[in-house]
Amino acid sequence: MSLISCKNLSVAYDGKTVVNNLSFSVDEGDAVCIVGENGSGKTTLMKSLLGLVKTSGGCIEFSGGLFQSEIGYLPQQTEVQKDFPASVNEIVLSGCLNKTKGPFFSKKEKAKAAYNMELLGITHLKKRCYQELSGGQQQRVLLARALCATKKILLLDEPVAGLDPIVTAELYDLIKKLNREDKLTVIMVSHDIPGSMDIANKILHLNHNGSFFGTTDEYEKSDFGKHFLGGGANG
Amino acid sequence: MADLFSQIQYYLGFTFVQRALIAGILISLCAALLGVSLVLKRYSMIGDGLSHVGFGATAIAAVLNLTDASLYVSIPIVVISAFFLLRINENTKIKGDAAIGIISSGALAVGTVIISFTNGLNTDVCNYLFGSPLTMTKSDVYLSVALSIVVLLLFVLFYNKIFAVTFDESFMKATGLRANLYNTVIAVLTAVTIVLGMKVMGALLISALIIFPAVSSMRVCKSFLAVTVSSAVIAVVCFIIGLAVSCVYVSPAGYTLPTGATIVIINIVVFLVLSAVKKITTLKKK
Repeated sequence: MSLISCKNLSVAYDGKTVVNNLSFSVDEGDAVCIVGENGSGKTTLMKSLLGLVKTSGGCIEFSGGLFQSEIGYLPQQTEVQKDFPASVNEIVLSGCLNKTKGPFFSKKEKAKAAYNMELLGITHLKKRCYQELSGGQQQRVLLARALCATKKILLLDEPVAGLDPIVTAELYDLIKKLNREDKLTVIMVSHDIPGSMDIANKILHLNHNGSFFGTTDEYEKSDFGKHFLGGGANG
Repeated sequence: MADLFSQIQYYLGFTFVQRALIAGILISLCAALLGVSLVLKRYSMIGDGLSHVGFGATAIAAVLNLTDASLYVSIPIVVISAFFLLRINENTKIKGDAAIGIISSGALAVGTVIISFTNGLNTDVCNYLFGSPLTMTKSDVYLSVALSIVVLLLFVLFYNKIFAVTFDESFMKATGLRANLYNTVIAVLTAVTIVLGMKVMGALLISALIIFPAVSSMRVCKSFLAVTVSSAVIAVVCFIIGLAVSCVYVSPAGYTLPTGATIVIINIVVFLVLSAVKKITTLKKK
């Protein structure tokens, strides 16, 4: 069942069209990786799916009972967050906000935050300050927050940027597990193509002159895939 | 020491001191709470910008012969400019710091020119620039108390949302929450607090009430809640000490100290002490 479908989508960033006439759809249970060079519009495309950037043409449709308030999002770190005084618990709990009715968190929401921290193995960091954590731990915190906001779909923007290879592999395993075992649909932006191939069942490759969308197998056989995967192996 | 206490007791007997104390404590509390979010959102100087607009609005009130009701003129004008400042930041090429600079110096210039239409620069104006909590009227105090209680209540009710919109605005928007609404709430509460705070601290020093308690508590606290609570405590303590010192201490030249500036100096001392504490604890850990 399709959750998100984009038809002839165009998105502009700073007045420049970065995504042009793109069509693709994401089905329930998919793990779609959006890859491409810097400046090819990966992040902008993700932001348009999230409603953070206005589209300049075409349409994005949510279906299968998906609403904006059921999306979990792992953004790239901002400058502000680097020295932000907040405990892990506070940040994870804030993911529940799109479900809260009153001004404060209910027991149920606190339990959900605790559950997600356990799931991602960060319960022992609960009281720690976010800015003191390592890069990998910070990503887990933000991932736990995203899980509090969703039961259906996770959108991850460069989740492994700046992490060392071991932590990267751990985080990839975690994302894979969330996709396969916890049945979350995953859309991930990455410029690590080999790593993405391992997680994804579908690849969306953006390029300045055209794009590719299809299963990983199709991608490997395509000119796009041959070029980039080959380049990856040699380089 | 006993002498000091009896002196403080003596001053507390005056209604104008009581008024300054009550209004000042509440306003410092509001400023400190909102300050945490503003400092973290890199909006520290919004206080400066809005207070200059407040100065301009007060000047307009003076020209219209509404000096006694100046708060009723300046609050709406400052709230509107707070909206305007946020819009500028979101939609245009003029970015945050420049936008605040334009509004703040512009409003100060307009205010100064307008004042020359009345009786020129006098002590009243000086009070608005540097503050004079001891000249608050009864109605000023009532309005300050009422509005600061509203600000405090709204802050508590919106606390979780204010945290979220401060930490990560795009996550909030992406998950279907109205981040702009909560930004507006912060802006309106800030605007009200600043206009009220101008009476106490003056247009030039009100930023200190917003910035100092927040940055001081960020030296030592590790969670948002701890930062919020401790900056509230720091603000109130600094205000009380500052007011007491400015009442009791007489400079060698024979003058009492200006209250607003004294409060800022106490805040600076607290900031330096807590910075030192942080240095020492991080050194110890190593």
